Amino acid sequence: MSFISYLIKGISLGSVYSMIALGYTMVYGIAKMLNFAHGDVIMVGGYIIFIVMSVSGLNPIVGVLLAIILCTLLGITIERVAYKPLRKASSLAVLITAIGVSYLLQNVALLIFGADTKSFSSVIKLPALKLAGGALTISGETLVTIPLCLIIMVALNIFIKKTKTGRSMIAVSEDKDASVLMGINVNKTIAITFAIGSALAAVASALLFSSYPSLSSTSGAMPGIKAFVAAVFGGIGSIPGAMIGGILLGVIQILSSAYISSQLSDAIVFFILILVLLVKPTGILGKVMHEKV
Amino acid sequence: MTRLKALNKSTRNNIIVLGIILVIYVICRILMAAGAMSNLMQGLLVPLCYYSILAISLNLTVGILGELSLGHAGFMCIGAFMGAFFTKCTENSISNVFIRYGIAMLLGAVCAALFGGLIGVVVLRLRGDYLAIVTLAFGEIVKNIINALYVGIDNKGLHISLQDAAALKLAEGGEVIVNGAKGITGTSRDTTFTVAILMLILVYFIIVNLINSRSGRAIMAIRDNRIAAESVGIDITRFKLLAFTISAAMAGIAGVLYSHNISSLVATPKNFGYNMSIMILVFVVLGGVGNIRGSIVAAVILTLLPEYLRFLADYRMLIYAVVLIVMMIFNWNPACIAWRKNHPIKGVLQSVIKKKEGSASGKEGGKAS
Repeated sequence: MSFISYLIKGISLGSVYSMIALGYTMVYGIAKMLNFAHGDVIMVGGYIIFIVMSVSGLNPIVGVLLAIILCTLLGITIERVAYKPLRKASSLAVLITAIGVSYLLQNVALLIFGADTKSFSSVIKLPALKLAGGALTISGETLVTIPLCLIIMVALNIFIKKTKTGRSMIAVSEDKDASVLMGINVNKTIAITFAIGSALAAVASALLFSSYPSLSSTSGAMPGIKAFVAAVFGGIGSIPGAMIGGILLGVIQILSSAYISSQLSDAIVFFILILVLLVKPTGILGKVMHEKV
Repeated sequence: MTRLKALNKSTRNNIIVLGIILVIYVICRILMAAGAMSNLMQGLLVPLCYYSILAISLNLTVGILGELSLGHAGFMCIGAFMGAFFTKCTENSISNVFIRYGIAMLLGAVCAALFGGLIGVVVLRLRGDYLAIVTLAFGEIVKNIINALYVGIDNKGLHISLQDAAALKLAEGGEVIVNGAKGITGTSRDTTFTVAILMLILVYFIIVNLINSRSGRAIMAIRDNRIAAESVGIDITRFKLLAFTISAAMAGIAGVLYSHNISSLVATPKNFGYNMSIMILVFVVLGGVGNIRGSIVAAVILTLLPEYLRFLADYRMLIYAVVLIVMMIFNWNPACIAWRKNHPIKGVLQSVIKKKEGSASGKEGGKAS
């Protein structure tokens, strides 16, 4: 029974990872850059919900909605101020800028909220579900997280496949120059991608910190790295890949910390990244990109 | 002077840099002997050297190879612990400090290079920004593992455990050397300013000579155009690996210098964490990506400045972040590049001088058109 409960816990954590990974993979697919600051947007979202709940005492839903709006704006602003001027620069310059932005967010949060870890009270007020005569307990957070992530992913898939904006995102990721000729506004499309990614990060922050309630200025970094590993695992640039990679990674992490060692679970995740890069660097669902000379 | 001019350019530059470093060394020595140097400043001399080594070794990866490493502090950590571990083990058996410290230095460098090579073999054959994220994760994990690592020694040999000191099951008379989160304590403080300066000179020449060698040109060719480099027969992975491994080894040397300069060595986020890696990156970016001498200057300035601007201490990391973003945009944004072309520093100075001359001559002889 404990195995099943670990498995469910893993899937729950994994669906949060896949939501974060979606932000990485979409931005990577479209802007061809690794948005280091994505993990820190989660942290910002967490602090926004924390303030709304603890200071103003409003309904948590209000906090989550506010976090979604503000994180979306933050994502668009970051893209506009830091990444857009470097659209044609070398990837090294963009990467260093992204690290600068990530570091900036962390340190602004550190200056505002201080170095002590805040305890995040759960957004989800659902009682835990007891199955099989109490042998299997599923927490309220898990009960909300898994279905919500499923709904968001299906909705995102429909959005990308069916709507004009979604299809223009695919077009830009395939060939930026050709999509300009087709009358697609590339800058707008990239901005929308950042907006969606950041909004997903805000939702992920509500779910993540409800289950793992310690909030500090660096608590977005590690989930960010793991979500990136998930994105690589599933095949970077691929949206279904991010989902599968995220869930697999969550399950692996929970099972390894339960059965092998909780201290080394981060090292195991890192080892998986190395293994994937060694065996199949394009990931599970990634496409092999051919270079044009 | 004429003989100096007759040498080729890189040799001449090397001699000049060597001269400058030696002059600074002599000045520092004289100041110390005269008692004119504050304790704070004396304590900073060795850190200045290892920060400079870290900066130039990272510049080899970032500026010359064109890849980003965020785990430089991790390599330093490996070098530091390996060196300190060796010194602790052999403190009684090898009495000659020079031999012992030399081997510790070598061991630290080799171990860091080994890890660098392992990461490089996996990551550097790929395209894309994988190195940044892998080295970032590596740096964090090295720190975590060392904090959970217990190593002891007794007459039967080494005992290693990842649980606690009791799990080592040491025989009587055994000694715990690496004590988990408490790290290594009581390493003899063998690093002196002279040693540190010598290592800085050594590392500087290794890196500059690598850059000016055939291999160095191959590495820069890969950075500038991978496909073209490949098509003229350059073995991409081999040269990338070479540069990255050397860079890691040099960080290991910096680590050994660091660990023999303090009495108790622990792996904390402050000394071997992400912040440290970013700080080294800021040295590189501010000194000029690809400019080895610039890295030393930036490392020295950015180490000294916070000591004198204590009131800004809270904002230091914030300023670093802004420096990274602003420097990149200033260097790479097309609009900024155009602006710099229209306003070159020399031109601005000249126009200022001309204006002064113009106004001066204007006073004398009426209108100067």
